[in-house]
Amino acid sequence: MTESPKLVWKGVSKRFDGPPVLDRLDLSVAAGQSLVIIGGSGQGKSVTIKLALGLLRPDLGQVLMEGADVAGLSEDARRRLFSKVGVLFQGAALFDSLTVWENVAFRLLNADQVGRAAARARAIEALARVRLAPAVADLAPSELSGGMQKRVGLARAIVAAPEMLFFDEPTTGLDPINAGAINALIVDQVRSLGSTAVSITHDLSSARAIADEIAMIHGGRIVWRGPAADLDTTDNGYVRQFVAGRADGPIASLV
Amino acid sequence: MAGAPSAFRSGAVPAIIGRGVFAAARGVGRASLFATRGVAAALTPPWFPGQILRQVLAVGFFSLPVVGLTAVFTGAALALNIFSGGERFNADQVMPQIVALGITRELGPVLAALMLAGRVSAAIAAEIGAMRATEQIDAMRTLSTDPFRYLIAPRLTAALVVLPLLTLVADIIGIAGGWLVATRVLAVDPTIYIRNTATFIQGWDVESGLIKAAVFGFIVALMGCYHGYHAQGGARGVGRATTNAVVTSAMLIFAADYLLTSLFTRP
Repeated sequence: MTESPKLVWKGVSKRFDGPPVLDRLDLSVAAGQSLVIIGGSGQGKSVTIKLALGLLRPDLGQVLMEGADVAGLSEDARRRLFSKVGVLFQGAALFDSLTVWENVAFRLLNADQVGRAAARARAIEALARVRLAPAVADLAPSELSGGMQKRVGLARAIVAAPEMLFFDEPTTGLDPINAGAINALIVDQVRSLGSTAVSITHDLSSARAIADEIAMIHGGRIVWRGPAADLDTTDNGYVRQFVAGRADGPIASLV
Repeated sequence: MAGAPSAFRSGAVPAIIGRGVFAAARGVGRASLFATRGVAAALTPPWFPGQILRQVLAVGFFSLPVVGLTAVFTGAALALNIFSGGERFNADQVMPQIVALGITRELGPVLAALMLAGRVSAAIAAEIGAMRATEQIDAMRTLSTDPFRYLIAPRLTAALVVLPLLTLVADIIGIAGGWLVATRVLAVDPTIYIRNTATFIQGWDVESGLIKAAVFGFIVALMGCYHGYHAQGGARGVGRATTNAVVTSAMLIFAADYLLTSLFTRP
């Protein structure tokens, strides 16, 4: 008997002003798998992940996390389900008014009712796991570099040992060395926690580094999905063009 | 000019008016739903006392200087105006009473609220708008924390509680401003001024102003939160949200002031 998927997008459509961003998208992620969604700008990668996080509601279809329709959850059910979820946002999305450790411990302090001393200890532990010294704990996010902010965002995502991790463009805006470090940390954390991971990126080196499987989104649908190792050998026209970075091809003809 | 009637006949003008009316109705509906959600979050647990305290300080304590200065100058100017204008019909003798009445019933709550609209509503809209633009509000939701409970409810509660207190301070300082001008510039006897004020003013004069202030406080925080929460389009959107928060706060304060005054003064 096969295990049911951890996360499923089932015939999901989403439109803002203009043509649909997602058009009956079907996608699933198995437990323990690291799936990376790649695709060009404006092809619906961020919308796909925001629908899974319940930050947007689908016009059609459902997003099921552990079998529960994310859009239809009550506040309590959402709190319970998302206690197992960690998210690293593109710009880290750290709270300006809080210190680094308060950012990392935000869920522990405000949702899990952990005491301040215990929450701080766990935050410093999480910071150590992303190779940040305890000295940064009392700094403000604005005092950190972009790479350090991403690490703090990662520490916040993993502090409660989540079963499911989401990474939104984890290496965007970072130099190659910091990007490589973040990729290594993501792989390390996903493996050590045994979490299911969904990432979106247009950085192919990042995708190759962190993915078990890669799915390519274009025109609101998944146009290719396969093992990370097949990214460079597939004869799928969309993938070939995206990997090669060519202007001509099926993607250009649709633009 | 020849184009105007044909534009009306072709339906372009009614369409524009209709769209404006629908947009306004949609805005009122959205703001009402937002307010309902905010009030529900403020009335039911979990609460965040640390956030409420932080907002009480931000809204109340740090607004004291600006509210105090506004009140003292308003009270002083009011005393001068009533004295010089009242001379025409021998009303200058009731200047202390009119200053007290004007400050407690009307100018104290309205001016304190307008100062808060400029200082606090704009700051709330800018802060929450920037949080929206940088995905901090989305992050909060994924961290199992409802932004309505953590961000909106503490600001609504703080403003609703703090503005009456600020108004009380404004009432005292405003009357003191009138007293200062009356006794130092207009040579009114200080004891008579205080006695006239104390014997004339009734509890309801102050209480009605404080009730108004609570409503205005709610409006100021609500408009800041609402426009900030729905800010779109990065820095420009945040700027627009800030402007809209101040303008709508001020307009709603005046409208609510008239409604409450007509309610309180109904014979």
